[in-house]
Amino acid sequence: MTAAGLTAEPAIAVADIRKTYGKRPILAGVSFEVQRGELFALLGPNGAGKTTTVEILEGYRKADAGTVSVLGLDPMRDGARLRPRIGLMLQEGGIDNRTTPREVLRLYARFYRDPEDPDALLEAVDLGRAASTRYRRLSGGEKQRLSLALALLGRPELLVLDEPTAGMDPAAKQATRERIAALRAAGTTILLTTHELGDVELLADHVAVLDRGRVVAYGTPAELTGAGAPRVRFRLSATLADADAAALAAAAGGVGARVSVAGAGAAYELTGLTAAPDPTLVAALAAWCLERGLLLTELRLGARSLEERYLELVGADVAAEAGADLATEAEGTA
Amino acid sequence: MSTSRAPRTLGAGTPAKPASWLAMAWALTLNELRVAARRGENLLVTFVIPAGVLLVFSAFDMTGGTGTGRPVDRMLPGSIALAVIAASMVSLAIATGFDRSYGVIKRLGGSPAGASAVVASKTVGVIVIEVVQALLLVALATALGWTPGPGASLLLVVGGLVLGTVAFAGLGLLMAGTLRAEATLALANLLFLISLVLGGIVMPLDKLPSAVATLASGLPPAELARVLSIGLRGGGDATEPLIILAGWAVVLGGLAARKFRWD
Repeated sequence: MTAAGLTAEPAIAVADIRKTYGKRPILAGVSFEVQRGELFALLGPNGAGKTTTVEILEGYRKADAGTVSVLGLDPMRDGARLRPRIGLMLQEGGIDNRTTPREVLRLYARFYRDPEDPDALLEAVDLGRAASTRYRRLSGGEKQRLSLALALLGRPELLVLDEPTAGMDPAAKQATRERIAALRAAGTTILLTTHELGDVELLADHVAVLDRGRVVAYGTPAELTGAGAPRVRFRLSATLADADAAALAAAAGGVGARVSVAGAGAAYELTGLTAAPDPTLVAALAAWCLERGLLLTELRLGARSLEERYLELVGADVAAEAGADLATEAEGTA
Repeated sequence: MSTSRAPRTLGAGTPAKPASWLAMAWALTLNELRVAARRGENLLVTFVIPAGVLLVFSAFDMTGGTGTGRPVDRMLPGSIALAVIAASMVSLAIATGFDRSYGVIKRLGGSPAGASAVVASKTVGVIVIEVVQALLLVALATALGWTPGPGASLLLVVGGLVLGTVAFAGLGLLMAGTLRAEATLALANLLFLISLVLGGIVMPLDKLPSAVATLASGLPPAELARVLSIGLRGGGDATEPLIILAGWAVVLGGLAARKFRWD
């Protein structure tokens, strides 16, 4: 849609940025690039440095060290030229409680010569009926949709979305997801921070995972979920004795393979494989179960969900905190 | 949503061009004034109370027969001083304090307008309100028979208004930029009431206990009222109150610039 997609220069280039608040290091050397026209997801637990990184890109904060380039400009020095080209969807807030969505959109529309029509945007984000409601009385999801509409007024080259679906009901989440996908398809570069890892898996071109101020993983969603040792997860109709587990490992995985418990309710993991799972392995596993009269109720090979990979990367404390139950993953079952 | 327009993704496409800085600052100023006009308690402090003080106290002689001239001649400078305090300190502090607590200023700072247009809009907003206040109070005073004194100086009046505005806006922004919005609200209104007494606005300072009068005479409300009184009634040397008021403007404006936090 725009010529911007043709230029080789990345939309965002961050090299070795560092930031310390007092004695607390927030960013300990973060580097990544976002290419024009792509949707880039920045993930990480709360406190990992996502918001600080985003605020440095927006020119709200200055990095202690490192270089930052956004659309070829320095956010601190060239803020006035940069701001009209970026759409910011901040988390809730930033709007006077006593104003209405229509007033706020009309005010911000006057910052452009040829903005999108505020009323059309209100309809598009499904705020038509709430257009004259005081901001204070809007629901969390409505506030988020207003924030998205504000970010879109200037048809930005770069859209920065900070947890765009937080506080939305499932229908609004789905509509927002579709809107983001359409913007991405129309050529808008998007930087997204979110905890909705399912969205990232579907939408993102590249993902960076931030933990304790460092990028601990970078790649496409497929690269991230495919990384790591090959493994097989399955669930049986009954639990296995230790000796049976060893026998199953030998039968299905060969020398060096092990079967270990991977959750409550007879969920197991087959590890120590020397090669990626293949049809032979599946047949051997099924045959062993048939011999014992066991039913294989779930089978998942190789790739993990992005959520599982993410939890491996950012550590067990976070997994406990998030209350994630890996054993109940339903996708990819056989 | 189905619309009649061609299928186009709203928000995508050729980027919109930014408006001029002037157009953005003007849009923000109009918004500032609209929000101010909607706040009833703000209208009360900026217009109703100064006008009421002028009307009510022009009917009495608060000097106990020691003053010269008609009461309205003494009340006009004080009521204008009170109006300046209301617009540049109370109203600005409360609006900015809540803007800050809602994150309004932060969000605008990341918009094409940027912080400079926000600051400009607040400045122009205060000036517009002060001009309307001055016109209203002068019109009311004229209706009560006021005429400028023989040595009246418009230059001195404007000079006093500018220095007073900077000093009180500095104090207002110092509160708004460092305290919680609710604390700013309470403190600004309290200082407004104190100014009414310590500014020599309703009654002359010499009616106060002498220690209080000495202290009050050096504070911005009394100095502003003195400059305006000399400027409107003529006679007297305004050098000393101007210098003291300028000192307050530098100190309070400087403190606000150093201590103000956007978030």
